Amino acid sequence: MTDFKFMMRQLVRNPLSLAGLIIIAIFVIIAIFAPLIAPPPEGHLDPYMIPREGYSPIPQPPSAGHIFGTTEGQYDIFYGVIWGTRSAFQVGLIVIGITLIVGIILGSLAGYFGGAVDEVIMRITDVFLAFPSLILAMAITAALGPSLRSVMIALTLVSWPSYARLIRGDILQVREEDYVEASRGIGASSLRVITRHVLPNAIYPTLIMASLDIGAVVLSAAALSFLGLGSPEGYADWGQMTQFARNWIVGPSGEPLKYWYAVTIPGLFILFFVLGWNLLGDAFRDILDPRLARR
Amino acid sequence: MELRAYIVRRLLLLIPVLFGISLLIFGITMLFSPIERASLYVSDPKQLRDLASIIQTYGLDQPFWSQYGTWLGQVFQGNLGWSKVVSMPVWNAIWNFLPATLELAIFAAPVIIFSGIFLGTKAAAQKDKPLDHATRVGAIIGWSLPNFWLGLILLMVFYGALSGLLPPGRLSIGMDAVVNSAEFARYTHINTLDAILNWRWDVFLDALRHLILPVITLSVTNVAFIMRLMRSSMLESLGKGYVLTARAKGLDEKTVVNKHARRNALIPVITISGYLFAALAGGAVITETIFNYKGIGWWAWQSASRLDIPSVLGFALFSAVLFVLVNLIVDILYTRVDPRVRLGGGIQ
Repeated sequence: MTDFKFMMRQLVRNPLSLAGLIIIAIFVIIAIFAPLIAPPPEGHLDPYMIPREGYSPIPQPPSAGHIFGTTEGQYDIFYGVIWGTRSAFQVGLIVIGITLIVGIILGSLAGYFGGAVDEVIMRITDVFLAFPSLILAMAITAALGPSLRSVMIALTLVSWPSYARLIRGDILQVREEDYVEASRGIGASSLRVITRHVLPNAIYPTLIMASLDIGAVVLSAAALSFLGLGSPEGYADWGQMTQFARNWIVGPSGEPLKYWYAVTIPGLFILFFVLGWNLLGDAFRDILDPRLARR
Repeated sequence: MELRAYIVRRLLLLIPVLFGISLLIFGITMLFSPIERASLYVSDPKQLRDLASIIQTYGLDQPFWSQYGTWLGQVFQGNLGWSKVVSMPVWNAIWNFLPATLELAIFAAPVIIFSGIFLGTKAAAQKDKPLDHATRVGAIIGWSLPNFWLGLILLMVFYGALSGLLPPGRLSIGMDAVVNSAEFARYTHINTLDAILNWRWDVFLDALRHLILPVITLSVTNVAFIMRLMRSSMLESLGKGYVLTARAKGLDEKTVVNKHARRNALIPVITISGYLFAALAGGAVITETIFNYKGIGWWAWQSASRLDIPSVLGFALFSAVLFVLVNLIVDILYTRVDPRVRLGGGIQ
């Protein structure tokens, strides 16, 4: 655990990663305390559906009742961005979690056994990586039918191949180590060798980097929602809220910036969320890269 | 190994990937039931009664491999289905919308690549100085920016607040009429190029005006990537013996950085630039959507949001094949640029 302490010290000392930590901490607090920060109105069934006040298509500016204003269709922006934080964490954690499980299983099978297993798995990753990822995700989401679940399935399908490859590479390095040889020598089963010796020594850096990809996943999910392929209308989702603002970027003549709040606020939440993870990721890359450490 | 043998080997390696791509795309279509797929052939509601016979005619209830064979045969004949959104065959739609996308890629790619190389070189030459830190923070912000949001903000400012200075779309209405008139010869359907060939500077400037915001949007989110790659490649190059030699010879720092270090550092950047161009030419879906810029990305979004599955899949197939082919071409060119690339294996 001294490694962990060392890493934390490095992270806190670097102003960029410290900023990242603080940003993420704020979002975690927002997500946990969402019901207190933006309590759903009495009798509201699904807290993830943004309460709306009327059906007027024209966004309303910030006021006492709606401190960030409302979108077209009178969805409250403040409520949406607060609960949208929870949706963002859900999408990010679920996609990264499943992606990692798939990536670890297939990557370690390919790396450990080599030969035909390796060849087949790697050719499959080639196929997935041949597509620009957003385009493949878009096609899969459209085919499954637009929904948040489809978005998560699509993002998992497009992102597992790169993790499988990274983990395979890590395992290829560790596989030839003496302690793996020794364990195999005393007759340990493949499963035991992989789970007890190979994985723990091979994948921690990859795991850390992957978990920081939550930002990238949330960004892609927001893009798909923005394209109208994600959550149902009115769901607390930053991408969809940006989409709501699309028809209102230019105000009436004389007041071109009249509806600035409708587009700016949800986008800023996406930006800072992703920024937080990327700031941390950048610092980790330096800490974990032995070539840079020596320099 | 000879260059020709290398190319042949690479082309052979392409076959399983292309096979996989086609299988994946076809697999997605098979998520739909025969009835859903049969209804794609229906244009008149009255025909809905004949779905069973359509399924029979087109063999939509046949086993997977037999349907796959039929489908692949059609694809090889250029039949990717019908695009409801634009009422034409998918293949025609791709050719129709491709010039606009190419035009965007032709303008965006050099901006991204050259500013990335420039900033990356500067950052590496001034490692750990303020400029290096500034570009680093800039890069992190750049790849954290939601490009759809950035596009909207740019439109809000440059189209809204600055009263129509930089509008969305490809051409203004007046210029669109000029381009579609009889005396304007459309050689390539790339507006800026056609405008030059027709000697119409008003059209050229109008097309350029519409390209600025999409190019900026694509640049802000992509420059970071090239810049960081260039920086690390430069740092590696600056640590090499030949740089030390050049410095020891007494060359000034500028020559050392620009002539000795940068040339070698450029090699990985060239590869990535190839991928970047392939990705851009394959359709910048979000950028084209926001700016109502009618290229294949825009068409893909229109199709996806109206659940026009044949169009979406045709588009995905097209961009994957394009991506794979461009990568192959880049890899082959690469062997010309860098003699160290052994034709038999990977990079040493």
